[in-house]
Parts: sequence; structure tokens; C-alpha cells
Amino acid sequence: MSEKQRALEALAAAQWKLALRLTAAMMAVYFAFILLVAWAKPLLATQLVPGLSLGILLGALVIVAAWILIWIYVRWANSHYDATVTRIRETGR
Amino acid sequence: MSTSLGSPNVAAIFFFFLFVSVTLVITYWAARRTRSTEHFYAAGRSVTGLQNGLALAGDYMSAASFLGIAGLVSLSGFDGLIYSIGFLVGWPVVMFLIAEPLRNLGRYTFSDVVAYRLRQTPVRIAAAIGTLAVVTFYLIAQMVGAGNLIKLLFGIPYEWAIVIVGAVMMAYVLFGGMLATTWVQIVKAVLLLGGALLLALMVLVRFSMNPLALFANAAELFGAEVLAPGQLVADPLDALSLGIALMLGTAGLPHILMRFYTVPDAKTARTSVSYATAFIGFFYLLTFILGFGAMVIVGHDAIKAVDKGGNMAAPLLAEAVGGEGFLGFIAAVAFATILAVVAGLTLSGAAALSHDLWVNVVRAGKAPEHEQFLVARVAAVLGGLVSVALGIVFKGENVAYMVGLAFAIAASANFPALVLSVFWRPFTTRGAQASMLVGTFSALLLIFLSPTIQVTVLGQATAPFPLKDPGLVTIPLSFLVGMVVSLLTPEKDASDRFDQMQHRLHLGPEADQV
Repeated sequence: MSEKQRALEALAAAQWKLALRLTAAMMAVYFAFILLVAWAKPLLATQLVPGLSLGILLGALVIVAAWILIWIYVRWANSHYDATVTRIRETGR
Repeated sequence: MSTSLGSPNVAAIFFFFLFVSVTLVITYWAARRTRSTEHFYAAGRSVTGLQNGLALAGDYMSAASFLGIAGLVSLSGFDGLIYSIGFLVGWPVVMFLIAEPLRNLGRYTFSDVVAYRLRQTPVRIAAAIGTLAVVTFYLIAQMVGAGNLIKLLFGIPYEWAIVIVGAVMMAYVLFGGMLATTWVQIVKAVLLLGGALLLALMVLVRFSMNPLALFANAAELFGAEVLAPGQLVADPLDALSLGIALMLGTAGLPHILMRFYTVPDAKTARTSVSYATAFIGFFYLLTFILGFGAMVIVGHDAIKAVDKGGNMAAPLLAEAVGGEGFLGFIAAVAFATILAVVAGLTLSGAAALSHDLWVNVVRAGKAPEHEQFLVARVAAVLGGLVSVALGIVFKGENVAYMVGLAFAIAASANFPALVLSVFWRPFTTRGAQASMLVGTFSALLLIFLSPTIQVTVLGQATAPFPLKDPGLVTIPLSFLVGMVVSLLTPEKDASDRFDQMQHRLHLGPEADQV
């Protein structure tokens, strides 16, 4: 196996690991929300301040969580991933 | 409260003609730049990250999400928000698993990626079946929705509405190809986001710019239960099944996947998903305010009096806070939304017919460029005619379930094959074929046997399959079938070419010379 191929495989493995973790995180957040909606209706009905029920707050936070996970991925990809791809392209390892 | 909805509205007609004129000028401009198949399907790969982000958002924010979710929230409160959230959470999955591999491995359709290291003919046929099934059901839902909506908004007959949508949309696709379709999506996305924001601000002004005061007011008028989960999600399994189909279906919608070929490289594909998720998330957060705003300002009874499903809540709200002129603007935005989504769907259906079936199966990849370009346009005309016909055939039918069906097939037929092909070395041609066909047909069969069709549409007392959405069964089934069949039918070529595919996936198509 050439040095280039080894570097590429290491990069692919790192990318796959992060992608899988972030996908699992998004699923966990979303399915936790759905299961709370199904099973913990009285809890989600609790109003933290007048007008803001726990359900509405958590729902908005699921959208915010999607933004944060994407931000984590983009930050990693723009710095680490892109730099490694450029390095492999230019030096071949 | 009286409304002018349903009678011809001068402002609506003015804004609608303005939109159509502007987009046809764009189409004329795009047509002069559309000289090859690469332009027709992929806008010459010249679209920027921000532009593609807006276009993705435009493709995804259908009239169903603008009018449907606002209506659902206005009638049932919190329960409607569950849809807002479900429609957004697929985008991170698109980002992490799909966007960059798609851009680096394919040319025009997602089948390019699935077939990359497998045998072309069998994989392309199976992928085209999945694509056409998704596009057809999505189109029926959009066209029937368009006919009803335009009848309500502008007071013109259903059939006329369908023919107008079909004719204008076909002009975009046929002459302007992907470049025109992209710009129509961008204009529509800006109008929709701007219109929804303006409407939300005009609501919030009445509540000293505090959304919580609005929600509290809704709870005072209609009871605290509007802020809490109600009966929509009664069965946890049903909820999970719908949830997983919405989430993974996004990553398998052919007209969305096709957009990643319009950008110059994988990094731009990544940027465009960030923008798209930001815009779509923002839009769905606005639906919280529009829905509760309509509930408080228009009221349940007035909304239900116009349309039992609540679909007219947002236009009624616009009339209540901004008068007839603003109603006209919002109505025209809704019309523009449908036009744009239908154009995107037709283009992806045409790509499956011409690029996958004609060029790669019938002509075994050897068709000359001028023939490919011609077949692409013929397929677009065919797609346009079929969508008008479908819209007229399904007039008056209950087609709301068809959007769910499209997502279920996309999640069960397209998503597993795409992921396995890119990330799992032992995947084989037979495995891909089995996964896509089992995904498509098991989703179709279980929807037919589900309460959605048996009880809601056919009026039976019970249904043989208990879940409303088949995703919880069909998505794992499609993965499992794909993996088992692959392991039973080892394919040396496919496994050998995995390394070459990884090389191109990460280093890009220009680095193909190893």
C-alpha cells in the first residue's frame, strides 16, 4: 500500500467516524424529543414562564441543535479535512 | 370576520404576473446559456454556495410547509410544530453523509453515485424506479394542492390552475434547464422567507415584539393545551416511524440530491447545506409565530370556515394584519412556491428518464452529446404533460398522504443504497438492486395496508398494518436486504473499485489520475 493510499484511508476513517457520531447525535436529540412528546405530555405542558411551555422550548432547541451539529462538522471539515486533502494532493501523502 | 379570499384579488394577480414575468425573463437569459447537457442538468456547475443554499431551501420549502404547517399550528397549536421540526432534522444527515460524496462521485443524478463501482444497467433501472416513484407521488401532492389552492386564492377553476402551473413550469425547465430552475428557486426562496418574516413581524408588533406574549395570549384564549402535546402523536411507534422517514427521506429526495451537482466542488456543496439549513430552520421557527398568530388574530372558527384543514390560515392572517394588498402578496408567494417546486421535481424526473434510462441503459452510455441534450428536453416535456395529467386525474382526491409516501420511499429505496454504496466495501450490484426494489415496493405495499389508506381513504374499520408510516419497518429492511444479498453475491470488481472510489470521493474528480 502506498503512502498516499494510507494517508487517504486514515482521512476517510476520520471523516466516517465524525459523520457517524454527528448523525447519531442528531438522531438521539430528535428521537428523544419525539419520545418525550409521546410519553411525557404533562411534563412538556409545564410552563416555565407564561407562554413558554417546556415542549415549545425543547422543540426550538432541536432546531438549534441541528445548527450546532452542522457548525461542528463544517468547522472540522474547513480546517482539518480540507488541509489534509490539499496536503495529500500536493505531496502525495 | 369577512374575507376577500376566493374572489379575484387585484394585488394577487399583479404580484403573480410580476413573478411570472421576472422568472420568464430569467428563463430567457438562462436559455441562451444552456447549450449542453451539463448546463441543462447541472447549470454548468457554476452556482455559488449561497445561491445553492437558497435554491435548496426553495426546493424544500413547499407550499405544504408554508400553508400546511401554519394551518396545523393555528388549529392544534404545539402538535403542528412537530412537523416543523421533523422537516428540518434531515439536513444534518444530508451534510454528514451525502452532500460531498454526491458532488465528487456523480454527474447528474444520485444513481451515478450508487452505480459508480457497480454494474450500470441493473442499478440504473432500479434507481430510476425509486426516483420516478418518489417524483410521481410528490408531484401528485403538489399539483392537486396547487389546483385547490389557486382555486381558493384566485377564484379560477381547478383545471385552469393546473394547466397554468404546468405550462409556466415547463417553460422554465424546457428552455432554461437547471440554471433557470435554480434562479426561480432563489427568487421564490427570498420571497417566501421575506414574506414570512414580514408577516411574523406584523404579528409581533401587536405583542410588543415578544413571541412569549403571543403564546401566552393563545393559551388564554384557547386553553393551555395549545402549548402542550396533544393527540397527534398518540402512539410512540407511529411517531418514531414518521420521524425516521422525514429525517432520512430528506437525504433521498432526487430533486434535492440533484442540486449538489450544480456547484463547482465538494467544499461549495458543504457551504450550501449550511446556508440551506440556516434558512430552512429560520423559516420553520417563523411558522411557530405565524401559526399562533393566526390562532389568536384570525381565530379557529374563521380559519375553519374557509378550509377545514386550516390551509388558508397564513393568507387569512396576512389579510387581517396587512389588508387585501398583503393578502395578494402572500397568495402570489404561495403560487410561486408551487411553481418552483414542481419545476424542480419535473427536472429530476426528466434526468432519471433521459440520463439514467435512455443514455446509460438503452444506449449503454454511448449516446452523442446532441442526442443526450435532445432526449433530456423530450423527457422534460413528457414530465410536464404527465404532471398536468396527474393533477387532473387526482382532482378531488385526498392526496395529503402522498407527501409522506414520497418521503417513505425516498428513505427506504434511495437512502440505504446511497449510503451502502459509498461507505460499505462489500456492497454489490445484486445487493443494490435488491435494496432499492425492496425499499420501493415494501414502502408502497405497507402504505397501502396502513390506516392511512385503509381507514382514512377507503373507509375501512381497521387496517392490516398498524403504523401510519412504514419507515420504521422498511428502512431497516432495505438496509438488511442490501447487506445480506451483497454478502451472498460477492463481486470482485465492485470491491476492487472501492479504493478508486474513495480516492475520488476525497480528492475530487480532477484527481482521478492516480
